Amino acid sequence: MIKIENISKSFGDIDVLFDINANFKEGEVSLIIGGSGSGKSVLTKCIVGLHEVDTGTVLFNGRNFTKMNRKERIEVRKEIGMLFQASALFDSMTVEENVKFPLKMFSDMSEEEMIERVNFCLKRVNIIDKNGLYPAECSGGMQKRIAIARAIAMNPKYLFCDEPNSGLDPQTAIVIDNLIREITYEYNMTTVVITHDMNSVMEIGDYIIFINQGKKWWEGTREEIITTDNKEVANFVYASEFMQSLRDKLINN
Amino acid sequence: MIKSVFVRPEKLKVFRGLFFGEVNAIVISSIPLVAFLSIFMGGVISLQTAANMGSPLLPEYTIGYITRSSTILEFSPTIISLILAGKVGSNIASEIGTMRVTEQIDALEIMGVNSIGYLMAPKIFSATLFFPFIVIISMVLCMVGGWVAGVQSGLYSTETYLIGIRAFWYEDQWYVYYALVKTVVFGFLITSIACYYGYYTKGGSLEVGRSSTAAVVAASVAILLANYVLTQLILV
Repeated sequence: MIKIENISKSFGDIDVLFDINANFKEGEVSLIIGGSGSGKSVLTKCIVGLHEVDTGTVLFNGRNFTKMNRKERIEVRKEIGMLFQASALFDSMTVEENVKFPLKMFSDMSEEEMIERVNFCLKRVNIIDKNGLYPAECSGGMQKRIAIARAIAMNPKYLFCDEPNSGLDPQTAIVIDNLIREITYEYNMTTVVITHDMNSVMEIGDYIIFINQGKKWWEGTREEIITTDNKEVANFVYASEFMQSLRDKLINN
Repeated sequence: MIKSVFVRPEKLKVFRGLFFGEVNAIVISSIPLVAFLSIFMGGVISLQTAANMGSPLLPEYTIGYITRSSTILEFSPTIISLILAGKVGSNIASEIGTMRVTEQIDALEIMGVNSIGYLMAPKIFSATLFFPFIVIISMVLCMVGGWVAGVQSGLYSTETYLIGIRAFWYEDQWYVYYALVKTVVFGFLITSIACYYGYYTKGGSLEVGRSSTAAVVAASVAILLANYVLTQLILV
């Protein structure tokens, strides 16, 4: 479980996050949603330590990550997998080398064992016989799946996904969403997904927090978000007139 | 930043692979350019020296002697380092800068890898340790270039040139050590400055280009300043 308490962050004079609290549970897909510039990505980077928080604490299964030194943080980070918005695959490495990288750095596996694990992870994300390709030779959806394979290679306890659907067509986006959900349930991971894709919200959101103007505006389940009275959340979720009419019909029924 | 470079790598085997990869990418790949420049610059130094020797009191072997001295003292260590600052420095800054803006460095950090040590240490160590070999190659080829240019244009004979090359060698041979010390310092400056500019790139592809240019400019200035300081300390 990941618990964040009173997280605040500013960059110079610009305040980005104000006093955010949340609990991300094991075996659940938690979503952080909000408009562009609301502070979602900054919040995630604060949780994983890519940005230092100004105030507040981040607890990974009770361990205070914000108070840890670099060495201790490295140990926690070995339990974290992260899928970046642009995949962040190492472009000078092949698909196989990308997935093998964390194993090579942190495991004592033999070459054969590593290859076996790489093939298992790639097969898990439905990528077969593409080991020799470079990321630039793969489609956007494939790159995301390879990045997921790399993220799960070390059997992480925590998985962070920064806008996993950005730049993907709706069908591929659903494939990625389902993959994230399946992996979370299968390995009992604590998964945190940043998104502003409403399909993802409805598809995989077990627990959702809505960030607006750097504050936690709302939290709840995907069932609750459909009927919420919160004006900002409703405006975000049902941004178009079509969606609003759909919501009215849903509530009336 | 420098402190993190010298932290023990996560896996020595991985570091060894990266180190030899960088020796190939930074050092071996620079040899053709250095060889080409050295041969022609050696030829030009000899021809210009020969063309400007008006006094009959100066012996002809002075051409070889001046070629050797200018090559060892300045051309090979300093000018070649300036050229390598352009080639290697821009390459390193843009490579690391691209990794920064495409979140590849963040990905390394999230995995628990010391990204500074992983990306910079192999580059800095390979350049610092192996640039002197490039400079030795440059020194030899520069003198060969001077010999070829002079002999084929009929300005001096092979014997005269070789006498000049060997002249006062006993007193002057420590110039080679001076040149190599300079090269070690320049190799460190070029790679560490380029790594710094690449690593702290912010923005997109435009900023990667800017970092690359800034790295070359900063490395060139640092080389010239270090050259002055080292000459003052060692030679004077």
